[in-house]
Amino acid sequence: MTTVFAILFAVATTVLVVGLVAKIIQFARTPAPLKIPTTPAPLTKSGAAFRVAREVVVFESLFKSNKPLWIFAVLFHLGLFVVLARHVRYFQEHVWLPFQLVQPFGLYAGLMMMGGLALLALRRAVVPRIAYITSPSDWLMLFLLMGIGASGLAMKLIAHTDIIGVKAFFIGLMSFEIHPLPEDPVLAVHLGLVALLMIVFPFSKLLHAPGIFFSPTRNQNDDPRERRHLSNWAAKLEAGRN
Amino acid sequence: MADKFETPVLGDVEERPMPALACGAMAQSRSYVAAPAHQEALGFPKELVPDWQEKAIAKMGDLLSRYRSLRVYMDICVKCGACTDKCHYFLGTGDPKNMPVARQDLFRSVYRRYFTLAGKIAPKLVGAKEFTKELLDEWFNYFHQCSQCRRCSVFCPYGIDTAEISMAAREIMDSIGYGQKYCNEIIGKVHKIGNNLGLPAPALEDTLAGLEEDMEADSGVAVKMPLDVHGAEVLLITPSADFFAEPHVLGLMGYAKVFHASGVSWTLSTKASEAGNFGMFIGNYEQMRKIAMRIREAAIELGVKRIVFGECGHAWRVAYSFLNTLVGPWDFLDPRYPVPQHIVEFTTDLIRRKGIKLDKSGNDGMVLTFHDSCNIARASRMGDFPGGQFVLPREIIKATVPKFVDMNRDTILEKTFCCGGGGGLLTDELMEVRVKGAKPRLEALKQVVEQEGVTHMATICAICKAQFTKVLPYYGYDREMIVSVHQLVSNTIILGDND
Repeated sequence: MTTVFAILFAVATTVLVVGLVAKIIQFARTPAPLKIPTTPAPLTKSGAAFRVAREVVVFESLFKSNKPLWIFAVLFHLGLFVVLARHVRYFQEHVWLPFQLVQPFGLYAGLMMMGGLALLALRRAVVPRIAYITSPSDWLMLFLLMGIGASGLAMKLIAHTDIIGVKAFFIGLMSFEIHPLPEDPVLAVHLGLVALLMIVFPFSKLLHAPGIFFSPTRNQNDDPRERRHLSNWAAKLEAGRN
Repeated sequence: MADKFETPVLGDVEERPMPALACGAMAQSRSYVAAPAHQEALGFPKELVPDWQEKAIAKMGDLLSRYRSLRVYMDICVKCGACTDKCHYFLGTGDPKNMPVARQDLFRSVYRRYFTLAGKIAPKLVGAKEFTKELLDEWFNYFHQCSQCRRCSVFCPYGIDTAEISMAAREIMDSIGYGQKYCNEIIGKVHKIGNNLGLPAPALEDTLAGLEEDMEADSGVAVKMPLDVHGAEVLLITPSADFFAEPHVLGLMGYAKVFHASGVSWTLSTKASEAGNFGMFIGNYEQMRKIAMRIREAAIELGVKRIVFGECGHAWRVAYSFLNTLVGPWDFLDPRYPVPQHIVEFTTDLIRRKGIKLDKSGNDGMVLTFHDSCNIARASRMGDFPGGQFVLPREIIKATVPKFVDMNRDTILEKTFCCGGGGGLLTDELMEVRVKGAKPRLEALKQVVEQEGVTHMATICAICKAQFTKVLPYYGYDREMIVSVHQLVSNTIILGDND
């Protein structure tokens, strides 16, 4: 089991990193030939960066759009964020202070995350408009995240796993050494699902995470009259004009 | 087939009426396919090419590599559904394919099938679909039920803009010989004659002479409508509907009077006798650029120092957001003024500086509200601060009428509802879509009419004006409720001695 998971995580990490980097390069290299910020838009580049930051941190447009959905989304994402921060301790020999401080909130964050997921799932099932636009993959993604959360919470609340062993396994893995992974079926489920999530990340709608930074309607500033914006392919059309 | 539908009953805007899903409700409401002559004039294949599927997928790949918006928006939608209740066509028809995400998914399903690993391995799982003729017909149908108004993009947590996707879809359809008659026929007229309406130069001259006579008879002052005057200070580019449609033409007279009163010399151009640029509607950069080039050429030939645009929504988007990109730089024009300027900016500035005098009694008894046009509200700006596009027109209206009230706040400013006729949908065969798509706007209008005694709704877009004057009677309102912003100026401006 140790070997299987060592290989699995090596593969998952590679797929996640290579896949994401490739996607980010693709997004970044694709030209944006026209200025299309959704207006009113900030006039300066720093203003536009702040606009993107507001979208990422407080989900500004979603707040304008749909308050219940905003609450569900914040529950899930904020919960996930804290849970992830809390997991950093499994990858650091000496845990940095912020990650020590976040430890007591892990359980609540886990419950928040699961609550958010449950509400998002309920909404997907109950609201006909949302059910209509839902593909099987949307359900699978929810189930995957719920499975990760539920198995994680099970180890916290029901049957503790040997976290010292888990930490040794991952820290070892980071320097390409194999230390035994504790034999625990719940842990195996948890880690297996996490590896699956990492593998599907670059091929799924989870790309919204890097993608938001490249959304021209949000990251462009509003200055087309002041500054001429010309993409490479558009510049080529200009040969020989007056 | 036209008019065989029931006009919806207007609900209460405060209750945010939400339709039940009516699958296929608008499947029969279809634009005409462009005739071979319309396609050919734009250099597109005359009719659907035999290997259209292959060509369409290749074109999709080309667009994905050239437009970051399309590339990113194909990948990042999480199907949260925040947009599903935001499109006026969905709210008016209940057809789920008029929900922005479902409209995008017509495109995205093909993208996933041919351009993503998941779609190639497990198409059913991720909603990937073979590009069949049935799906192509759905594309044609529903991408011509999108007015590219961008309301969905305001509310999307990632700013996904369905307009970008409908433009790409239309460009792909044009490239395989499956264009829309309305847009392509009009673009052909611009190339051939100089404006969307196909109004030739002599007819334009006659029209302008007639308007000069009308204005002089009316006001006793010889207000001119100069055409092709070399060395004029300002080149006015305005939608050709301003030359004869009502209430557009009343706005044109307003611009003329403002120029007259300001003492700034100006001219129209026969070559660039159209502000509209339907190249944007069909998502075709080259067409958009070619249409915009007439403006640059006219400005150079006439030796003007400034360019001012008349009241037109999508034209102002192309002018404000794209003109510098498409056919700039404008270093030969007077650097003291933005290029281009909007007539509303020009007039507001004069009002603020007391460069023109207004007498509100000219609009006695009128209670105004203002319809923010989508392309002005969400795709451009006026003035020197974000949101100036909302403030400046209201400033003019308030200066010209006794009473002004805004409609429900979820239906104005950046959240404004499209008139229902924008984006290349202002054609008779789409009347059902247009009437139903106007419902959310008219629900908001109904409220201020009943509660605030609103008598007129002003707007600054040729398409909005044409659409509302046509659609209002379906709902029992008088078409003359719709006024141009500069019509209000025209009614109140004091001509004669303005030193």
